[in-house]
Amino acid sequence: MIVRILGEGQLELPESAAEELNRLDTALESAVERNDEAAFRPALAALVAKVRQVGSPAHADDLRPSELIIPQQDASMDEVRKLLSDGGLIPG
Amino acid sequence: MGVMKRVTMVFRAKANKALDRMEDPRETLDYSYQTQLELLQKVRRGVADVATSRKRVELQLNQLQQNADKLDRQARDSLAAGREDLAREALTRKAGVQTQMDDLQGQYASLQSEEEKLTQASQRLQSKVDAFRTRKETIKATYTAAEAQTRINEAFTGISEEMGDVGMAIQRAEDKTAAMKARAGAIDELMASGALDDMVSGPHDDIQAELDRMGAGHGVDRELEQMKAEIAQKAPRQIEGAQPGTSDGAAQPASTASAADPAQAGEPE
Repeated sequence: MIVRILGEGQLELPESAAEELNRLDTALESAVERNDEAAFRPALAALVAKVRQVGSPAHADDLRPSELIIPQQDASMDEVRKLLSDGGLIPG
Repeated sequence: MGVMKRVTMVFRAKANKALDRMEDPRETLDYSYQTQLELLQKVRRGVADVATSRKRVELQLNQLQQNADKLDRQARDSLAAGREDLAREALTRKAGVQTQMDDLQGQYASLQSEEEKLTQASQRLQSKVDAFRTRKETIKATYTAAEAQTRINEAFTGISEEMGDVGMAIQRAEDKTAAMKARAGAIDELMASGALDDMVSGPHDDIQAELDRMGAGHGVDRELEQMKAEIAQKAPRQIEGAQPGTSDGAAQPASTASAADPAQAGEPE
């Protein structure tokens, strides 16, 4: 499956990674919902690190959309929240 | 549902909305391609803009480094002349300049990384745009409007995601450079007003003034000694008892550079 790290591009990951990604993603989501900055930062870092660890860069000319999109590692909680609310961060 | 899926849905929704607006799907391709080229231009301008900001910070860093070096020299000269009070003042000011430099260095690194990210984003987008152009021509040549729809949708959704991502990257870079331009502007203003400059060469530069005065004093002494020596050589018999040996040591102030004893700092201003 193809996963995009915002600001970094797409990576190709084995389907088997999905379960672990979902687990890390749940932790991230709950940190955002609790507005817990202390938990948010390591949760996002762990998710991004996992994708980098098991993924390899997708072909540059691959036009397939990503199955999953994750925020960049240095995104603030506010940025992530805006991203979730209405795509207010995506221009155009 | 999770952050990843929600973000993905937001991107998809954006692409679908754009697709819905198009009447002939094949027109979508040409229109989208135009938009992609425009975005590519925008990214390249973004890279150039960040580079300009980075160079400006670099210039300011160089200026501040020169100030710091000069203050360092002044501190050494002051100590050599036995003026620990002046040396202390110079080092205090140097620490102030250093603080400014540390701040700028952080900004410089941040701009550098932003420039790097945008450059890579530009390359990624270029590859996708090239791929899209090829796909577009294939689809137009091979399929009827109805058949083409699915293929167009996929290519469009893929490129739209890339464009959304790159668009956000540009926005981030713009926000960062705007903030840094404001700070760089503030430092330029400080330098222009003399607040930073004065530390070294402005009207309040008492350190240099004092050192210059002392230096000038030594210069006069030295010239006097030289003249005496010359006269003594030309007419040794006329000036009896001249002591040419006294010119030694008078030209150089005693070297006390290593004798910075804080206990002696109680000297009043």
